[in-house]
Parts: sequence; structure tokens; C-alpha cells
Amino acid sequence: MELQTSPVLTFAIYFSFFNLTIGLFMGLYRLLTGPTLPDRIVVMDLVASLSIGLIVVYIIATGQTVFLNVAVAIALLVFMGNIAFAKYLIRRIKK
Amino acid sequence: MIDWIAAFFLIAGSLFMLVAAIGVVKLSDVYMRMHAITKAASLGAILMLVAVSLLYVQWIVWIEALMVVVFVILTAPIASHMIAKAAHKTNMPKGPNYVMDELEGVDTDIPDKA
Repeated sequence: MELQTSPVLTFAIYFSFFNLTIGLFMGLYRLLTGPTLPDRIVVMDLVASLSIGLIVVYIIATGQTVFLNVAVAIALLVFMGNIAFAKYLIRRIKK
Repeated sequence: MIDWIAAFFLIAGSLFMLVAAIGVVKLSDVYMRMHAITKAASLGAILMLVAVSLLYVQWIVWIEALMVVVFVILTAPIASHMIAKAAHKTNMPKGPNYVMDELEGVDTDIPDKA
């Protein structure tokens, strides 16, 4: 990918992509081997934050600032998902 | 000059997110993993949004970045509190090195109004 940014910003973009990808694979490891259900719910929160970071780095790499709407939607939806999972977790034991 | 500042914020934010991911892998407990995520990943997201609003001087970008920051600050503590409460109510196992638990035996029973 040919970036139209200055060299220091290009290095920062590639370095941030590398860090966020390593973080996603660490989350995948915890998602596959997490002993309990709340571990996997916690991973969902981490993956949402990493997605916001990936969207931001992609905006800086390409200049398409419309993708900030996606970041707003993710920040809203993950909260609803967390609350729903917590309610489900309590209700599953109560039964 | 603004490129250097934005690059610094980008690298700092991505390193905070990497620290959160390392905490998820290395720590031994549901509560400790939540402790790692809900602060470090939020701070990383906020720093990267500061970087994008430094680079693009448009009011729509600033408003949307501010919206994301406000949502993250408002909702991350509430969500992690709800999940920690649910995990504690359902007696999730604790790790080997926790110090104290003030709600042990008190909050484990599930009340009706949950």
C-alpha cells in the first residue's frame, strides 16, 4: 500500500497496525482457551476497543474520514452487548 | 511538526492497547482481566482519537471524535461493573493471588430484583 503521508507518520501507521494485530491475536487466544464464560465476554470488550483503533489508523492511512461513523456505532453497540450479556449471565444461573 | 505529535499519540495509543491485550493473556482471573481491559484499552482509544483530530482540522471530525470519547468514558465503567457483578454473583473462580473480597458470601446469592 502506497501511503501519501510523511515518513514519521507512515512508520507510526505501520507500527500501530502491527500492535493492534498482535492484540487481536492475543484476544483470539483468550477467546479460544478462556476457562469461563465471563472471560469470553471480556474479550468482546477488548476486540471492540481494538476495532476502534484499527478504524482510526485506517482513517489516517487513507484520508477517508467518513469511517468515524463506524467508530461511533461500535462504541454504542458494544455497551448494549455488554449489558445484555451480563443480564443473560445472571438469568442463566437463576433458572 | 503536527505529524510528529500525531505519530506520538498513535504509537502511545497502540502501545496502551497492546498492554491491555497482554494483560488479557497473562493475568489469571476474570476480574483482573477486566481490570486490564477497561482502563488501558479506553485510554488507548482516546489517544488514537486525539491523533486523528489533530491531523484533520474539520469540525465534523472533531465532533465525531468527541462523541466516541464521551461514549467510551461513559459506558466502559458501567459495562465492566455489570460484567464483574454478574461474574461475582455466579461464583466465578478467583485466581491464586487476590488480596481480599469484601462481598464473599454476601453477594453470591441472587436476589429477586436482579
